[in-house]
Parts: sequence; C-alpha cells; structure tokens
Amino acid sequence: MSDATPALRLDGIVKTFPGVRALDGVSFSVLPGEVHALMGENGAGKSTLMKVLGGIYQPDEGQITVSEVPVVMRSPLEAKAKGIVFIHQELSLATELSVAENIYLGELPRKSFGRVDWATLNARTNEILSRLKVGFGPGDRVGDLSIANQQMVEIARALTVDAKAVIFDEPTASLTDAEKVVLFDVIADLKKDGVGIIYISHRMEEIFRITDRISVLRDGQYRGTLETAKTNEEEITQLMIGRKLDLSRSEATHALGDVALEVRGLTVKGLYEDVSFEVRKGEVLGFYGLVGAGRTEIAETLFGLREPSAGTIHLNGEEVRIHSPADAIARGISLVPEDRKGQGLVLGMNCRDNMTLPQVDDLTAGPFVADGAEIAIFDQYRDRLDIRTPGWKQQVGNLSGGNQQKIVIGKWLSMHPDVLIVDEPTRGIDVGSKSEIHNLIRALAAQGYAVIVISSEMPEVLRVSDRIVAMYSGRIMRTFTAETVTEDNLIQAISGIAASAETAA
Amino acid sequence: MSETTDTGGTRAQGAREGRMSGLSKEKIGGILARQGILVAFVLFMVGFALANQRFIAPDNVLGVIRSSAILGVMALGVTFVVISGNLDLSVGSMMSFSTIVVLDLHDQIGPALAIPAMFGLTLLIGAVIGFLVGYLRLNSLIVTLGMLSAIHGLTLTWSGGQNMDIADKEGTWFSVFGQGSVLGIPVPILIFAGLAVVLGLILAKTPFGRKVYAVGGNGVAATFSGVRRARVVFMCYLASSFCVATAGLIQASRSLGSQNTVGQGMELEVLAAVILGGASLLGGSGTIFKTVIGVLILGFIKNGLLLVGLQFYVQYTVTWVIIILAVWLDIAAKRGRLWSPIA
Amino acid sequence: MAPGTLSGLLQKGAIWGFIVLELIFFSVAGEFLSLSDKAFMDLDNMLLLLKQSAPIGIIAMGMTIVMINGNIDLSVGATFALAAIVLLDSMTWPIFAGLGDGVIPVAMALALLTGIVLGAINGFIVWKTGVDAFIVTLGAMLGYRGLVFMYNGEQPTSHLNWTLVDLAEAQPLGLHVATWALLIVTVLAWLVMTRTVHGRNAYAIGDNREAAVNAGIRVGPHMMLNFMGIGFLAALSAVVFYSESGSVNPNDGELYELWVITAVVLGGTKLTGGAGSVISTLGGVIAIQLLRKGLGHIGADTETVNLVIGLILIAVLFLDRQLNIKGKEALKA
Repeated sequence: MSDATPALRLDGIVKTFPGVRALDGVSFSVLPGEVHALMGENGAGKSTLMKVLGGIYQPDEGQITVSEVPVVMRSPLEAKAKGIVFIHQELSLATELSVAENIYLGELPRKSFGRVDWATLNARTNEILSRLKVGFGPGDRVGDLSIANQQMVEIARALTVDAKAVIFDEPTASLTDAEKVVLFDVIADLKKDGVGIIYISHRMEEIFRITDRISVLRDGQYRGTLETAKTNEEEITQLMIGRKLDLSRSEATHALGDVALEVRGLTVKGLYEDVSFEVRKGEVLGFYGLVGAGRTEIAETLFGLREPSAGTIHLNGEEVRIHSPADAIARGISLVPEDRKGQGLVLGMNCRDNMTLPQVDDLTAGPFVADGAEIAIFDQYRDRLDIRTPGWKQQVGNLSGGNQQKIVIGKWLSMHPDVLIVDEPTRGIDVGSKSEIHNLIRALAAQGYAVIVISSEMPEVLRVSDRIVAMYSGRIMRTFTAETVTEDNLIQAISGIAASAETAA
Repeated sequence: MSETTDTGGTRAQGAREGRMSGLSKEKIGGILARQGILVAFVLFMVGFALANQRFIAPDNVLGVIRSSAILGVMALGVTFVVISGNLDLSVGSMMSFSTIVVLDLHDQIGPALAIPAMFGLTLLIGAVIGFLVGYLRLNSLIVTLGMLSAIHGLTLTWSGGQNMDIADKEGTWFSVFGQGSVLGIPVPILIFAGLAVVLGLILAKTPFGRKVYAVGGNGVAATFSGVRRARVVFMCYLASSFCVATAGLIQASRSLGSQNTVGQGMELEVLAAVILGGASLLGGSGTIFKTVIGVLILGFIKNGLLLVGLQFYVQYTVTWVIIILAVWLDIAAKRGRLWSPIA
Repeated sequence: MAPGTLSGLLQKGAIWGFIVLELIFFSVAGEFLSLSDKAFMDLDNMLLLLKQSAPIGIIAMGMTIVMINGNIDLSVGATFALAAIVLLDSMTWPIFAGLGDGVIPVAMALALLTGIVLGAINGFIVWKTGVDAFIVTLGAMLGYRGLVFMYNGEQPTSHLNWTLVDLAEAQPLGLHVATWALLIVTVLAWLVMTRTVHGRNAYAIGDNREAAVNAGIRVGPHMMLNFMGIGFLAALSAVVFYSESGSVNPNDGELYELWVITAVVLGGTKLTGGAGSVISTLGGVIAIQLLRKGLGHIGADTETVNLVIGLILIAVLFLDRQLNIKGKEALKA
C-alpha cells in the first residue's frame, strides 16, 4: 500500500494554544480509496486536527500535502478548493434554503448583475443527486428533509469539488440503522472513485465494518496506525488511553427490593404506545433501541415534561400524576438528560450552583441561600463521584465531558431520588470516564436506587443492566433478563424483526 | 522508546510554562472582563476631576446621582429581565403611564390612595407582559415593543391627550418623593440606593436570584432541574414594573405635572445603562451593582460634559462610543482576541 | 404536502388577508360612524395612504434585508434625521450657490451618501468587533442622534426649495413620487432577495451563519453591505419626505425604528433571521397605515391607534405560535 501516492499526508503538524500544545507532531497519510479511521479520546486533539485540515486553524509547524502537492489553507474555502472536504457532525446547512442552494452555498453560479443562474444550478445539482441516488430534488427545502437526507445534502456538497480527501466527523450520530447502510454505500462509492476518507467515530462496530486502517491520537500526539483487519478493540483502546481498560461486567450480587416504579399502558400519541414495565429498588433497567424508538420520550413523560395521553404511573405502590419536572422531583424521580450541555447544565454557572439548583429553595438561612450548606453538598458529591475540578467556583463549561456528567449525576444524587433515570450516560464521554460512570451506575443500584438507563450503545446496556427493555418504533418488543439476553436477539428485537414474528404467531 | 519519553517531558514542560503565562494573561483578561467597567469608571472620574474641580464636589455628585435616580430605578428592574434572558422595551412608555396615572389620581382620590392604585395598575401591566413572555413563551422583544405602543395609547386615552398637573402644587406632601431630602440626602437617591440594596440582595443571595441566572443562562436546563421557568420570568417582569412604578412616582413627585411622553425613549437609555454595566443580552450574566455603575457612568458623562461647557446632546455621542467600547472589550476579553473572527 | 407548508402559506398570505379585513371593516364601520361623507375606499384616500406609507415603508425594506440577515438596526430614525438635515442644509451652502436648481441632485446625493456612511459605520463595527448588531445600533441610535443635535442645536433646520417641492408633489401616472419610490424600492429589494447571489447569501447567513462562514461566504463585508443598504434607504426616505416638508426638527424620526420593526414583524420576517419576505413587509407597512387612517375614518381618537397596533402585534405573535405549535407532542421545556 505504501507505494501509492497518498491522497492526504500530514507531516509533523504542531499547533499550540496559550497553555496547551494541542497537536504535537502529528504525521500520517491517507491513501486514495482508503477509509482511514481517526480515533482518540475527547481532548486527544482530533477536533484541533480537523480544524487545521479545514483551514480554520493554521499549524505552527508541519506540512499538509494533498496528492503530493504541499498546501497552505487559510480558510475553509481554501481547504475545499484544495480538495479537502468535511461532513460535519453538526449539520452545517441553512434549513430555509433549497437543496441546490445549500449544495452550492458560497458558490452559487452567477449571471449578470449578480443574479443567480438557476438553470445551471439545478442542472449541476441534479447531476450530483443522481450519483447519490437520493429521493429528493434540487428545489426541495432542506428543513423538510429527514436528518439522513440532510446529511446526503452535505455529502452532495463534497461532490461539487474534485475531492481528494473527505472527512466524516461522527456521521452516524443521529442516523437509524437503515440510514447508516445508505451512508456506508455512499462511502463505498467514494472509495471506488479513489477518494481518501478520514472517518472519525467512537463506535467500534462501525470502525471494524468500514475502515481499512486506524490512526490513533492521544494527548495531541500521534500514537500509531493499525490495520483494521489485523487489530482488535482491545489494542485500539489501549493505544487510545495508554492503559488496559476493564470492560468486564460487574455481576450484581445485591438483592432486589420492592417495586419502586410501575408503569402501565403509558402512551403519548405519536411517540410511543402502551408501554408497561416496572423497576425494583436496587435494579438497573436498561432501555435499548434505535434513535426515535421512544425511549427518551418515556423518560421525559416520567419526568413531567410530556403529558401522557393514557396509562398510569405508580411510585412505591401509589398512583401519581406528574405534570412538571418540579412535580417529578418532589416525588423522587430524577432525570440525567441525554443532552448534557443543552438540558443538563447551565454552562455559564459554577459547579456548586449547578449541583444544588433543584434544591436551592430548601438550602436557605433566612431569606438567603446558605452558602455553607451548598458547599458541603458540593464537597460531598465531588469526593463521592471523584469529580476533578479546581473548586466549586469553576464554571461548568470549562470541565471535561466526563466531569460535567458527574456534576449532573451529583445534582440528582444529592436529591436522594427513589428512581434515577439516566439517558445516554456516556454520550460524548471518553473511554476512560465511560467505565467509571458504568461502575458508578452499578454501585448506585447496589445502594438501593432504582435506576433506568437508556442507551444506544449495546455494550453499555449489556454491561450495566439487570434487565433490558428492547424498544422498536414506540413499542416495547421484549424484556430480557441477564440470562435470556444475547446480542443477536437484542438486535432482532430493536430492529422490528421480532415484531413481524410476533404478529405472524 | 527513550525518544518518546523525551518528547513527552519537553511537552509537559512546555505545557506547564505555557499554562503559567496563559494563566496570568487569563487573569488579567478576567479582571478586565469582570471589573473593566469599574476601572473605566474610576479613570473617567479621575480624568474629569482633574479637568474640573467642581466635578467631584459633594453637591455636584449628589446632584448627578439624584438626576440619575429615575433612570437608575428603572434599570434595576430591567436588570432582572435581561439576566433572565429577555428584554423590556416597554419601561419608558410604562413610566409615562405611571406618572400620568398617579398625578391624575392625586387630585381625585388623594395621594395616599393614588400611590397604591398607581402601583397596582402598573404591576398589572407588568403581570400581563410577564404572562405573555413567561407563560405563553412569546418573544419578549416583540411583546414589549407592542406593549410600548399599547401602553402609550393607554396613557393618551387616560389623559385625553392633555398634560397632567396637580392643582395645589404647594399644599401636597406628595412632593416628598421627588423633592424631599433626609439628612441632606435627596429622597430619590435614598429610594434608588435602598431599592438597589434590596434588589441586589435578592438577585445575588436568594434562591429566586439564583433561579433568574439559571433561567437566563440555560432555560431548558433550568426546567430540567425543576425550576419553574415561566414563574421566574413572570416575577422578573413584575419586578421590572414595580421599579417603573417607583420611577414614575419619583418623576411625578419631582415635577408635580407631566406630559404624556415623559418616559419616551427611556427604554433604550435604560437598556444602554444595563448593557454598559456588563449584562449580556443573551441572559445569565450581570449584577445589580454593575448596573448601578452603568447608570452612574451615564449620569456623570452627561454632567462632566456639561461642566466642561458642552451641550447635553454631546453625551449621546459619547455614550455611543463608550457602550460599544465597553461591550467590545468585554467580549474581546472573553474570546481572547480583540478583533472578531468574522471573515 | 410537507408538514409546516400549510402554516407557511397561512403566514405568507395572512398579512394580505388582514389588509382585506381592515378594508371591509373600515368601509362598513365608516358607513355608520364616519363624520365625513366620503367612502373609506375612495381612490384619493388610498393613493394618499400609499404616499403616507412611503417613509416607513422604504426603511422597512432595508430592515427586512437586515433582519433576514440575522441582524437588526435601531439607528434608522437618527440616520433619517441626519440625512434630512444634510439634504436641506447643503442646498444653502455657499459653495453650491452657483448651481441654481442644479444643487438639488447634489444635495440628494450628499444626503444619500450620509445614510450610506452611517450604515457603513454600523456594519463595520458589527463586522470587526463582533458586538451584537442590537447593541451596536442601539448605541448608534444615541450617537447619531447626538450628531443631529450637534449640527444645529435644538433648532429646526429649514430650507424650502420650490422646485424640489414641485418635484416631490408631482404625480406621474397618477401615483405620488413618494409612492413610486416605495414601489421601486420594494421591487428592487424583492429582486435582490429572490434573484441575486447576495440575496440568497443573506438568507443563508441569517439561517446558519456558521455554515455560511464554512462555505466561504465573507459574512463581515456582506453584513456591512446590508447595513449600508439600510442606511441608504433611511436617507432615501428622508429625501422623499423632506423634499416636500422642507423643515426638520432634531427629534424627527424618533421611534421610527420601532414602527419599522413592527411593520417587518407583522409581515412575518423571523426575528432570528433566515426567513422573511420583502413583499410581506410591504403588506405590513400598508396594514399599519390602513389601521391609522381607518381608525381616524371611523372617528376613533388617534391615541387608540397606538393601543390597537400594539395589541395586534402581540396577537400576531400569539397566532404565529399557535399555528406552529405541535400540540401534546411538544416538550414542556
């Protein structure tokens, strides 16, 4: 493979910021027609590297070469002109504009008087869309398309230039399995055309499914390149975190208590239907399913953020109606939401204030907030959860993802809830912190909490759950116990295969 | 292998050095960002004091604060609204309303009843805005823009388009709020200071204040933490209308007569003072103390320019420059570079 | 039909439906209440209405573009006044004494240039400092007003040039010059926003600024151009208005920014940018003027106008929200 001219080569890329050497001599190359995974924990330098490749940052040292031509890129536009194209994790589209306008954003063909040449625009767009075999046209409004189709618009954008290297940044984060297949087909097509592809993802199964080689970054340094066919998960992880990772499941040895939460026939029209389950004290109930299967919506209903159209909720044997998060909290239900930055934390506030927010009304001395009581709570949970922060005054926005998540968990543990719901506990959290949070969830169950864990990651849900509820399209397909669950029947259940079997029977 | 360790060592060292210099830079930037407005205020005062001794004479200083009191009291309330992530463009028009109403009722039902009645009516308007923005979740800019116009109409209807005057200007104790003084300190200053202390404590020290910051910083996260966002926003508008009513009281009491448009245009001046104090229009930041500084800066600029012989309107242009410089330096300190990254 | 299309259509057509309702209401109510014998929908009355819409309307076109672009301009009232002063005063400058009526185009050019420069200053500050346009133009609203006062103190600035007055009072093809100005500006703004690369980029920037930046659109200069545009239009509005009246007070144009924004929002332009239409803004402008005239026609006090416009603005916002709400599916956060 080494004899081919690399599509993209990095030589000794260095980028420093005040106080941080974000990239420290990164060198690797991507061959034409190769899918090259780039892996590393959060903070390892991936995003800085991407910004360097995208022309947003200029490297302090080092050379980027595209098809053996050294390039300097001072802006995203220049990067694109040199043949380096990005498919961003957060879609970078103008949703009110048409598909064609988005694909040629910044490069609309012109006629006299600065007019848009619509005929040329639509013709070119049609040509590209036909290559991608998609079901929408140049005039469709992007905001009306599905997320997957919006991603196709982004990919179509990459095809407008003679792309030498296409960089996919966590492209499957919000795709269904069916949509993933379409995406991987497109990647395969790009591969056939001799484009070099950098594929950034935390998801091992995808890495092994579509990549040819894997390069790993740690602490801003290049740690080596592995051939996908000749390596395994363990080796990659070790390279990423610099030590061995304990991936074993800690067995539940504690006894289960009474039923803490019992849900019967719960329905929110259009989102999920006839959902029934119960969670005991000391038990972790996993919810597994695809994005959009209705798992998060169930959690939101239990937390008073949605009104159920039917069904009952019993807490410790007593029927309850929950109309707001304040209601839910008062009744002992807590939710660690999936969108940590958007829903979990006020990033501009300090660690302590975030942690005590739900109970600030009760932490008073006279009319004022009791500082001492607050700090005591913060200290207690900082120690218990091992939150690494310079102090309670630190703004939460400055913490790492793992520590932020611990603040959210600490916030709810300090409320001593009966039922703790954790939605996507480790999304966007690096590998090392992941296992810490998994152990924490198991420990909480052992202490007698009833815990619901919602996750899209099978290893996670298998590792932490006592029982697993598999959901598909707003319905519970099956509930597995540790004894009955296997990866195969779990996948079947969440992809609706079991559904057709059931109806047939 | 040894090579790797070596680079690792250099790297760590480099990082440590970098972090130290970065920290001090950050610290300076942080101080500037947090206290920049205070530093500017002090420099400004010293400059004008050197130019004209009279500037810092006690009676001049008291005079400035006294004439800033109406704007200041309104700015205290708007600070709550802005920190909660909303805007209030209706305060000027609402202040006209309060002033006209209390003057009119003064002669009809007497001052002792007129004052609570006026407060009640103003708070009612505040509650309407709070309901629209808080509970119905309508855009605050447009709601308060609409209310600006609607309240103006209401004021004109109330007054029949006429100026409002108290019949017996000499014989009423009503003038005490605007013209009286206690121990040599004018009552408007005492009201302004008292309200600033009370509202400052509420914002900085009480659970409600904490929730205002949370709602403005991230309303969704606040809701997910059990904070009743609508209620918090509602209360902020109530606070704002309470301050407006107080400002209207001072205004009415000071002049004992008024035009329908006495507060016109003040909404933007008030906002300017709050922004000058460093509150972000995005919500979640700002303090009562900073707003007071913002108000005083505006007042002293006006006064300083007058003392050096310039017309009152020069302050408009000076205020423009100062607001933009203040906000610019504030965000420049936060982003770590002076010029915007916009291409 | 894709979801949202219906409410989208309703929103687009709503302002015109509202105008029709106003016309019917005032015509019918006028029959019973009006003190004058003239019908409300009298041709002269309607022509006058269009003329009176022009000063706000012309600025509103610029505001539509600026707001679609994701910005706002609160300084238009002050720009309007300063341009008016330059227009009237420059005609009396000694250096132009020899020009005779040739001074008219020169004075107009100077006034328009004033608007462009003031807009450019705003745009440049927004571009280079990264301070939010709301704050920049809030400051400029004060700052430019200060310049207005500095020009002539608290005195009005007056100069009547009768050739100019005749020009302004002309009615080519039956429409007033001011109306022509409004219509031409509307058509041009519509062409720019729907047909040109600049216009489409304006939507893109307002919709997703980051995407626009990544696509290599030079957002800074683009925004500056739009601010120059609204400055130009504020000055044009002044030229149209003061050519006829011939006298400007230093407080003229106060609260214009609020009226203009009201018209733009009534026309359905999103405050957050990315969506809006120049034609609907015209509808918003006409709707407000119709309301003013109509309430006068049925004998309502002028003060009622403010009340009604304020309430309508809030009602529109409320209806818009109700149309877009997704019922029980909505998350209560």
